[in-house]
Amino acid sequence: MSSQKPLLEVQNLHTGFNIEGETHYAVKDVSFTVNPKEVVCIVGESGCGKSVMSLSIMDLLPKHNGKIDKGHILFKGNDLVPLTEEEMNQIRGKDISMIFQEPMTALNPVLTIGYQMDEVLFNHTDTRKEEIRKKSVQLLQQVGISRADQIVNEYPHQLSGGMRQRVMIAMAIACQPQLLIADEPTTALDVTVQAQILELITKIQEEVGMAMLLITHDLGVVAEMADRVVVMYAGQVVEDTDVDRLFYEPKHPYTKALLDSIPRMDDHREVLNTIRGIVPSLKNMPKQGCRFVDRCPSAMPECTKIDPALGEVDKGHSVRCILYDASHPEKKAEV
Amino acid sequence: MLLYTLRRILIMIPILFLVSIVVFSLAFAMPGDALSGQIDPTQSPEYIEEMREELGLNDPVHIQYGRWVAGIVQWDFGRSVVHRMDVSAIIGERLPNTILLSAMSLIITYILAFFMGRYAGRNPYTKGDYTIQGINYLMLAIPSFVAALFAIFIFSFQFGLFPSTGSVGSGMTPGTFEFWMSKLYHTFLPALVLGALVTASYTQFLRNDIIESAQKDYVRTARAKGTPESEIYNKHILRNSIIPIVTLFGFDIASIIGGAVIIETIFSYRGIGELLISSIERRDSAVVLSVTLMLSVATLVGNLLADLLYGIIDPRIRVE
Repeated sequence: MSSQKPLLEVQNLHTGFNIEGETHYAVKDVSFTVNPKEVVCIVGESGCGKSVMSLSIMDLLPKHNGKIDKGHILFKGNDLVPLTEEEMNQIRGKDISMIFQEPMTALNPVLTIGYQMDEVLFNHTDTRKEEIRKKSVQLLQQVGISRADQIVNEYPHQLSGGMRQRVMIAMAIACQPQLLIADEPTTALDVTVQAQILELITKIQEEVGMAMLLITHDLGVVAEMADRVVVMYAGQVVEDTDVDRLFYEPKHPYTKALLDSIPRMDDHREVLNTIRGIVPSLKNMPKQGCRFVDRCPSAMPECTKIDPALGEVDKGHSVRCILYDASHPEKKAEV
Repeated sequence: MLLYTLRRILIMIPILFLVSIVVFSLAFAMPGDALSGQIDPTQSPEYIEEMREELGLNDPVHIQYGRWVAGIVQWDFGRSVVHRMDVSAIIGERLPNTILLSAMSLIITYILAFFMGRYAGRNPYTKGDYTIQGINYLMLAIPSFVAALFAIFIFSFQFGLFPSTGSVGSGMTPGTFEFWMSKLYHTFLPALVLGALVTASYTQFLRNDIIESAQKDYVRTARAKGTPESEIYNKHILRNSIIPIVTLFGFDIASIIGGAVIIETIFSYRGIGELLISSIERRDSAVVLSVTLMLSVATLVGNLLADLLYGIIDPRIRVE
């Protein structure tokens, strides 16, 4: 896998928000790669920066205060960060596309499904109108919508949440992108529909042969879908490994705690394990030391003083925790 | 949709009934009648009293009301004692002018509001936005009669661009091209004053809605599809932001007519508004009653139109 040229390389990404004149980083020094046809899951709790990270890749941050400050986003070797809006429009929807968490609000309520489907093909191909509509119907059928030829004339409010998410998926795959970013695509759906949508995404991902960046907080989804997993905490990557090692040899105390808090069918605990506390807010982020220290069961005094670095403890397995020498900025050189 | 429209029209009947009672009571409560102040004072009081009896002005109020309503149902609005003509003929002569004035002012309002609101919404919190808002609040604050006088002073007297009075040039043959051009020419200035003053609320509504819509998830979806910025504003956002503007249209029918009453009087524009004011002055109650009732109907129809338009623009409330 390492011989392959990566499709997406995020390098030292810093995305900040301007709050009362000060820049606070929601994503701080995030690096990871996605190889062609690979499914990479970004895992973390609410507020850890995973959505902001995915919006940064697509340049969809709220314009008035969100901004990429440092870092590079290389897509097939080209940096996306300095591109203009027009140049990004050539890539969005064609080479990289995205589906969102909220299918109920992600579609325009006053435009027909057909119009919104056609739009993506219209933006990126020179096909004639009638041909585009035919293709749209085909795409809708491909995502399992049976009444596709009627649905194109209907409006979003006439469809259920699951149907709308199918429409979103159909839009996202219309131009056969090389990378699909799915930001919690099933969070807002019923459990039964969740499974169907995940199945559909997997099927389509294999059919189209695209890579996928799946953002989720559901470790069940991770186990099912991921090739590789990036665990994020408070805007940083704390662990980056393949899916097997994540579940069988987790290294970072945060990852371990996450895995411990999954309820299991075979245990008889009365109380679920939880990670106490919450992710510190952007304004209250510790200036120095490990960002997880307040909630960490293995915290040591030096954790508040030393900024851990993301270090490779095994081949293809990186961790940001000074329990491991590879991550300790002073001991790192000796390893 | 047809059923809904029919139902809405049927609901208008009891409303109109109530409106007619209110209108009639107000007209009845006006001091004086057609004979006071209009008739030759040398006539003997007995003769005047005889006339009153003959015109039915001495009948009890409910009988007068019944006579009026019975007439209206048969499309007979009575006779004007001042003009000595059927009221329907007088209104028929004046109404086209007012419709032209209202339509023109609405078009001016929509054009101004559309461009200003769209610009301000796309560039919020910039100098351009503040300038537009400043102009709007200024126009909102100026009473229409002041604005009308300024407009006449500047455009008619200083620059001589537009006529200051009348609704058509003299010596025109009705129906010719020149006649209609002259009408448009005479209507432009009052329409501009009437239209510009109500632009503020439209502009502000459009601006605020565009700013709000630009943050919506569906806009993010459109951007994620690679849709160009201008297309996002013109299709995705504008289609949503037009909705509140259409609702305003329904309310505005009433305020345009109200505004027209003042503007027509200042410009001596021969429309319904000017007719209403002069008829009130001369206690021409048949005309006052008919015009007021007509304006009420116009308001109701305006609201109905707005509701129907609403359904066309917003598929979510389209009635099956």
